[in-house]
Formats: sequence, structure tokens, C-alpha cells
Amino acid sequence: MTVRAGRDGGAGGDGGAGPDAGLDARLAVDRGAFRLDAGLRARPGEVVAVLGPNGSGKSTALRALAGLESLSAGRIVLDGCDITVVPAERRPVGMVFQDYLLFGHLSALDNVAFGPRCAGAKRAEARAQAAELLERMGLAEHASARPRALSGGQAQRVALARALAVRPRLLLLDEPLAALDVHARASVRSELRRRLAELDCATVLVTHDPLDAMVLADRITVLESGRVVQEGPPGEVAQHPRTGYVARLVGLNLYRGTARGARVAVGGAAQAEVFVSEQCAGEVFVAFPPRAVALYRERPDGTPRNLWRLRIDGVERFGDQVRVHLDGHFPLLADITPEALADMRLSGGMRVWAAVKATEVRCYPA
Amino acid sequence: MARVSPPSEPAAGRLRVRAGRSPWPLLVPALAGLAFLVLPFAGLLARAPWSTLGTRLLMPEVRGALWLSLTTATAATGVAVLLGVPLAWLLARTEFPGRRLVRALVTVPLVIPPVVGGVALLLALGRRGLVGRYLDAWFGLTLPFTPAAVVIAQVFVAMPFLVISVEGALRGADRRYEEAAATLGASRAVVFRRVTLPMVGPGVVAGAVLAWARALGEFGATITFAGNFPGRTQTMPLAVYLAMQQSPESAIVLSLVLLAVSLVILVALRDRWVGAL
Repeated sequence: MTVRAGRDGGAGGDGGAGPDAGLDARLAVDRGAFRLDAGLRARPGEVVAVLGPNGSGKSTALRALAGLESLSAGRIVLDGCDITVVPAERRPVGMVFQDYLLFGHLSALDNVAFGPRCAGAKRAEARAQAAELLERMGLAEHASARPRALSGGQAQRVALARALAVRPRLLLLDEPLAALDVHARASVRSELRRRLAELDCATVLVTHDPLDAMVLADRITVLESGRVVQEGPPGEVAQHPRTGYVARLVGLNLYRGTARGARVAVGGAAQAEVFVSEQCAGEVFVAFPPRAVALYRERPDGTPRNLWRLRIDGVERFGDQVRVHLDGHFPLLADITPEALADMRLSGGMRVWAAVKATEVRCYPA
Repeated sequence: MARVSPPSEPAAGRLRVRAGRSPWPLLVPALAGLAFLVLPFAGLLARAPWSTLGTRLLMPEVRGALWLSLTTATAATGVAVLLGVPLAWLLARTEFPGRRLVRALVTVPLVIPPVVGGVALLLALGRRGLVGRYLDAWFGLTLPFTPAAVVIAQVFVAMPFLVISVEGALRGADRRYEEAAATLGASRAVVFRRVTLPMVGPGVVAGAVLAWARALGEFGATITFAGNFPGRTQTMPLAVYLAMQQSPESAIVLSLVLLAVSLVILVALRDRWVGAL
């Protein structure tokens, strides 16, 4: 799919080739106690996911990019043009809203034709464009349907077609999969990935679902409390989380500490040591997955170098495993099988030994 | 020995859990209230001179008053929609100093006695009135005691209903659709026309029906500001009042006509629109 040229002409710049092409924004929004201050960049054709918990400011960031929210500081540059104070209707930006917000009184076709009509196209011309976009989205036979007659996945495609119909230089997607039920989500996710990959405009999507971010994005920006805490390709973020939030999302135990050789001193008052298999130095993160943790009622023989005596704080079902929350001087999560749980007759409040092989622990600079 | 019938599936209706009985402290006043609302119409129907109904309806005064009422009420509703919808938009969608005061002023005609409204209109738009003297001097335009005055009086009393109804609809409408339209390149005017108006359409129609009904029944402001000239400013309510002095039977016939017109409108619009009322 080729979607070129900013819709108000002037903002198009050199259409994606120059060094200024794409999005370069610093977004600062003050709202009482909450402050968003985040830098965001996206090259043409690149998909950037803003990942963050509720209240992290990711939706505010997206609204600011769309022009639905004013900045208190910073600026938004798109393809070399400063659009910081350009009103929403004149920005070369398309947006797909979380619950799509398709106009209920218009057919799918007229929803998609809405943008071209606003840009001054004749009715027939706008409809022809819309029909073509719907055709590409595989929705030709639903063109005359009202939005409420569409399934979640179809409505999402109509919303995407509607946003693309304005030929945006920047496409924004707000929680694109959140409105779908679990069954539809997987197929829509992979389909959306394919469609986003075909676009040559910069794309920014926000999500609180790490899986969506990993699958859809070329680069992930993690936002917490209004600030960017981590940035990088999905693999990098998943392998080397830098905050507890990201670590929990990708299912890792994460600690920050000081390395000397193969030992890392972790934690505040109650110092714990983690042994790693490679040599490091200075401030580092250490991370290991919960399934690398083995639990014992008696102190185990053999040579697991990382061994801690901890208290069981809680037990919950996690897929086909059981996730054990351990508390003490070195809080961690352990995934064990339900059989192991039953064999050891583990329960809350009990003290157990937790062991992790040094080879399972990743260590990387903080 | 008693025969024991085999346990069988009871009919679906018998499985319904029975709700408790309605308590009489609620039921009695409720029925009294209903009777209070319905009885007067029963009286009207009981006393109607059914045998002479046809000839009375064809009397030119009746037809004149009915025609005047229908046309002025419809014109007044049109004016109320043209002015009231933008006013409602202003109240619901913009912030300006004194907005609360403006909103209070809009509702004043709802609460003042219509006769007072008529006096006020006369003082403002009468030949010697605040604005009226200039209308007279500059354009030779004299409003009071004309059909136009009937419409003005009706707009004055009816427009608040429309404004309140549309403002409520605007406040209830999801503004994010308007934002979505803005991201698609729609200016505020286009957003209003292509997104906001369709969303609040039922509210506009409901408000227009209320306004039309109010205009049709308008009496006090009309007789004060427009007078009571048969064929020119004598609307149905005025004709009913006048007839009541001379021949009550004619008054009953005219009342029945008004009642029928109102019911026809209500029934015709009920399913589609007036659910929003």
C-alpha cells in the first residue's frame, strides 16, 4: 500500500526520504499533579509502540500528537514541519481510536469517505477512494453496512481505512486491540501487523499489552508516570528490562545492583548477592525468569550458587504452572508445576529455599 | 387414597418468580394521579355535541383559527430550531464568561406567566417599545397585533423547551466522535453539521415536538402581544376561550380538534423520535 504526501500539502516535505522525515517530538503536558514529559521519534515506515501501565500518560501523548491536547512545553515536528500549534483538523495525522468511534449514522463506506470529503473531494471521488481502501482491507462486501452490524475486527479495519483515507504522514493507534475479545485478538493482531508493515508513514501506537507491543512494533518506548524509562527494539526490551514494570510484563525477576566479577550486590538494607556466569563490573541489572527458580523445603545438596531462604507470600495459578510469590530479603517470583506444589505441600507463610543456577541469570549494564 | 399425579414439567409461565404486590401507599396515589389526568378528557368526550360536530367543524371561523394555529405553531417551531439549536450548542460546547447567567436567562420564559411575557414583548417590540420604535421609524414595521406577533409570542414561550432539550442531548453526546471527525480533517462547522447534528437528531426532534405543542397551546402571550382578531391573530386557544363565553358547545368542538391534532402528532412521532422525551 502506498500512502504518500501530507494532506495539507505543505507538511509533506520530501515525503519520507530526507533526514528530517518522520516524527520527532518532545511532549510535555502538565495536568495538576501529573506531568507528561516524553520524547518520541518514529521514522517513515516505522512502527513505534508506547507501552505503559494505566495512568502512565500514553493516551495523553497520543492525543497531543493528534492535536486533541495542547502541549505545555516541547514541540512536534513531522517531516521537518513544526505542527505543535496546528489544529487537529489540519494535521497530516490519522488516528484509530480505542473503540474505533465509527460514525453510527454513516455506512462503512461513508465513514471512510469522511476524511476525503473534508479535504474537499467530490462525493463520488471520495466514495471511489473509500471503496478502494475497503477493498484492500478485504471489506468490499461490507461497504454499505452500518458500523453496528460489523464485528470487532471488521470495525477495526474500517477505522484503519478511515484513518488512512486522509493520507496521513503519521498514523496513531490507541490500544488497537483492546476492544476485541480474546478469540479475535490473535488473528486481528497478526493481520494488523501485516497492514502496518505495508505503510510508509510513521506509526505510533499505544498499548498496555506487552504482547501487542512486541508483535506490532519495530521499536518500543516504555512510559511510566509520564516519563520514558526504556526504549529499544522489542527483543532488546524483553531481554533486558530496565524497570520492574517491564520485567513483570515480560515475566522476569529483575534487580539492580553493583557487580564485581561474577558477584552482584543487590538491594538496599538487607544486602543479597547474586552470582552470575559472566564477568561484569559497575552498575548492572540482573534478571532471571521465574521458571529458572527451584524451590526446596530442606536445604538442597549440590551446588546451586544462588540460594536464598525466603517466605511464601502467595500462590496463584499462572497458565499451566503455579506462580509462587516469595518474600524476604530477596523478593522473587518462582514458577513451579502444580505437582511440585502438591508434593512439597507448600502454603503461604512457609519458609523455603529458593535456588537459581548462575547460568540462568542475565546481567547487563544499567 | 389420594391419587398422586406424576411430577411433570410445569408450563413455562408457572415457573416465573412472582414479584411482590405493589404497596398500596404507592398504588392509590398513582391511580388517583392517573384519574386526575384522564378524567377531564372523558368529560370533554362525554359532553361533545357529536351530532352537530360536522357542521361546526366546517364553520369558517373554526377553519380559520385552526389554519392560523397550525401555520403559526409550525413557523414558530422552525424559528425556534434555527435559533435554538445554535444557542444550545453555544451553551453546551463553549466556555464564555457569564455562560451560567445566559443559561438562566434562556429558561426565564419557562417560568414566568405567559401574560407577563406578552407584556414584556409589547414593551420591547411594540410601536413605542425599546426596539419596536426603531423598527417602526426605520422600516415602517409594526409587529403587535399581526400574525407575525403570534409567531413571535409562540417562539418566546416555546424556544426554551427546544434549547433545554437540545442542550441536554449535546451534553449527553460522546464528544470523542467530534474529536475523531477533527482528526479526519473536519472543521468545527463540518463537525457540527456532519457529526454533532446527526448524533443529537433525536433530541432536536423531541425538542421541536415539545416546542410545537407549547406553541400550539400558547394563550397568554399571544392575546397580550398579538391581540384576538379573528382570521388574523385569533389562534385556536383564543377561539376556544372566546367560544366558551358565547356557545360552550363550539368551545368543546374546538377543544376536541386541538386534542385530536396533539394526539395525532404524538402518536405519529412516538415510535421514531419522542422516546427521547
